[in-house]
Amino acid sequence: MKYENLILAIIVIAILVIPLAMYSGLGEDEGYFGGSDDQGSDGVSETGYEPWFESFWEPPSGEIESLLFAVQAAIGAIIIGYFFGYWRGQGKEE
Amino acid sequence: MHIMEGFLPPLWCAVWYIIAIPVVAYGLYKIKKVVDETPESKALLAVSGAFMFVISSLKLPSVTGSCSHPTGNGLGAALFGPAVTGVLATIVLIFQAILLAHGGITTLGANCVSMGIVGPLLGWIVYKLLFKAGIPSKINIFLIAFIADLATYIVTSIQLGLAFPEPTMMAAITKFFLIFAPTQLPLAVAEGLLTVIIWNGLMTYRPKLLNKLGAISDDELAKGE
Repeated sequence: MKYENLILAIIVIAILVIPLAMYSGLGEDEGYFGGSDDQGSDGVSETGYEPWFESFWEPPSGEIESLLFAVQAAIGAIIIGYFFGYWRGQGKEE
Repeated sequence: MHIMEGFLPPLWCAVWYIIAIPVVAYGLYKIKKVVDETPESKALLAVSGAFMFVISSLKLPSVTGSCSHPTGNGLGAALFGPAVTGVLATIVLIFQAILLAHGGITTLGANCVSMGIVGPLLGWIVYKLLFKAGIPSKINIFLIAFIADLATYIVTSIQLGLAFPEPTMMAAITKFFLIFAPTQLPLAVAEGLLTVIIWNGLMTYRPKLLNKLGAISDDELAKGE
């Protein structure tokens, strides 16, 4: 199907935009769009548990953290793009 | 699914390391073997790892009003099996533990078992069964990605429930399951669809290689040509 990937991408975007529309105007301060990983940690802390080990280094701010996440995504995207471009340029598989 | 640094008692950290290490070692052996037999599969390995890198860095909003990230482990599992995804996940998890303080070194074993091993294993079992039943790989790849993603979070719930069985173990597992699973459900669908998009690309450019790795059937290869 010619437009299959486009349609799939639109569905993915819809899945991700719907929550933003549903909770429009609500943010972190109201308890929305926090990470489930952190909620998992909160669930552990509820039991009175104290972590026995701390990270050696933490990103000093949300900005630095998002920078590093973007670097992570970029590294992956470069590799995928490189090989797909290589394969496309190579033409038909031997 | 990342259990944060220090958030598992030392005993459980050790247990999950002991389970993860032999599987990852076997995964390294399998990578060497597949690369020796099929050198052109190196590129697919790189793409599988890179896909996990991209996908697991995206924290996406879900209809529950929380954010979570997909895992990207279905693609590697379909191509190379769940031991190799253990290796790929270890690389991703170390990167996140050291540079992002997301996850941790003490919990690396546990996180590797959920995202790298058991999640992909469950997806891979379904993939192999449906493969035998002649289900088209496009549908199958959606399912392996969906199942591997969701199962990863279910394993995390079980790991946390086992370590913190209060008031009872089942109640604790249910509590963590309810934190993770509802948020993850739509994101697992999104991950499944994204994996299909990548799969369509691989089917266009490298169908013979996919066939050689046993990820698509001879029939499907013949149909594509």
